Amino acid sequence: MAGSINQNAYSSALPNFRNLGILLRILLMVNLAAIAGAMIEAKGAHDFWPRLLDVSIVVQPLLMLSVLALVALNDVLRRLPYYLGALAVLGIELVLATLLHAYGKPLLPIEAGWIERYWFLTFLVTLLLLLYFDLRGRALSPAISEARLQALQARIRPHFLFNSINAVLSLIREDPKRAESALEDMADLFRVVMADNRELTPLAREVELCREYLGLEQLRLGERLKVEWHIDKMPVDARIPPLVLQPLIENAVYHGIEPRTAPGVISINIYLAREQVHAVLRNPYEHEGNHHAGNKMALANIRERLQLHFDAEASLITRVTDDAYQVHITMPYVRDKR
Amino acid sequence: MSEAPRERLRVVVVDDEAPARSRMKDLLADCAPHLPLELVGEADSGRAALALLSELAADVVLLDIRMPEMDGIEVAQHLQKLEAPPAVVFTTAYDAYAIRAFEVHAIDYLLKPIRAARLRAALARVRAAARPKPETLRELQPAPRAFLSAQERGKIHLIPIAEVIYLKAELKYVTVRDTRREYLVEESLTRLEQEYGERFVRVHRNCLVARKAIRGFERAAGEGAEGNWLVLLEGCDEKIGVSRRQQHIVREFRK
Repeated sequence: MAGSINQNAYSSALPNFRNLGILLRILLMVNLAAIAGAMIEAKGAHDFWPRLLDVSIVVQPLLMLSVLALVALNDVLRRLPYYLGALAVLGIELVLATLLHAYGKPLLPIEAGWIERYWFLTFLVTLLLLLYFDLRGRALSPAISEARLQALQARIRPHFLFNSINAVLSLIREDPKRAESALEDMADLFRVVMADNRELTPLAREVELCREYLGLEQLRLGERLKVEWHIDKMPVDARIPPLVLQPLIENAVYHGIEPRTAPGVISINIYLAREQVHAVLRNPYEHEGNHHAGNKMALANIRERLQLHFDAEASLITRVTDDAYQVHITMPYVRDKR
Repeated sequence: MSEAPRERLRVVVVDDEAPARSRMKDLLADCAPHLPLELVGEADSGRAALALLSELAADVVLLDIRMPEMDGIEVAQHLQKLEAPPAVVFTTAYDAYAIRAFEVHAIDYLLKPIRAARLRAALARVRAAARPKPETLRELQPAPRAFLSAQERGKIHLIPIAEVIYLKAELKYVTVRDTRREYLVEESLTRLEQEYGERFVRVHRNCLVARKAIRGFERAAGEGAEGNWLVLLEGCDEKIGVSRRQQHIVREFRK
């Protein structure tokens, strides 16, 4: 039953409370619950806003305290086995609710009410959120292996593969040394493409891969391809999803350099700013040319993988200026462990 | 002795990538002992290939499909303007769309990396093989051609479509006007209209004007033309009459 191994691979885990997307989801859902509560209690449309205000006075401080506590304890909680971590989260919420009930009065105009209600509602909302994140994790888990598959299929263009093999063949007789190193670069490239690409990879490794790839393209295109690297401010220890840059560079060559007779420059700029890794790629672009659907597919694929790894914290923006095409990727700065 | 060179197959290699050309030359050298042939020229672009083939006679062109500026299929179409067009064997590394079409129309092609044996077989049957029809090549063209071609004194003259101001149907030909002069091309106006779509606008039963070249409109003066509009053109002093049925385009452009 080899198939079942794969299906059971997912193990429940608490969400990363330091992820912006996760926090936004928590805020959104708790507030929706508050609105629902106010709706149920309100005796008419005119009564809704006062009710919501009443509910919010209790809910918002609790929500803020919870978020702060979860962000602070994120690492500890996530290191625990899942069910202990989940119990701990429920416990934290109940303690916070109790504290707020007991000591909140001097600070907030709360009509104390009975504490069991606080406990029950807090418990219920927390439990529902935990269930939601667990389901979401399960739903995304096959998507991540799917993304790996896509990475494998969509990455290297057959066009590139066969043209490169052809270029290497032409070298074998006249320059065997160069043919050797070209085949070594190709082996490296395909090793990465065919690897299990679910884990993050060191940025420096991806850059190295891009250099090998560009070396192969240079073989075919010669003077027509010029490359400018601006990576002296690159965070060497950053970790990024594998094959995020290489396909973009492949696109730049395919759409920016190959359709031109004149030489063109691809510029790659990687830097760190405000705890975020930025990668900016530029290539020449001619409006007259016909556009291929292949470009959009590669972009959608990368966007999807960025989202799977970083949720709302990563972005990919493309911009077309008069004579250039630019892709700007922003990713959170995930450091090499240790 | 003097008969021998005529027996040889005269081959021209066209590819934008230098290593691909050099590989092809190696392969041709490998084929030479089995099949009398001679490499008479090579070109790194469609434009260079057409210039070369206007100058020298060749029996077969090994023509790469994916090239900048003008792809191989367009080159093959312009080649038909020559007095004695050479046979064409397309080469490509990967082009799913074109390969399917080649299979359908039994057009010869070679997949890169090319095997010497496969190249030899293709060259051996090239003299006997039927030439692809112009309509077939036109069907294969995925995007509108980048150039129109006119045949002048045995040479092919290329007119970039971006520089064309208007196209006017004459009896058997179409007159192409660019900023410098006029050319006669063997085309049909209706087909050109279909091929280039939005680039041109029909102002008259026998005339297509490039949208980008339209500078404005003015009322025609003189008897009989009362109330008719004339198109004013960028880069050319001629004025072209707008037919009664096409008057609405004047309003569209005014917006």
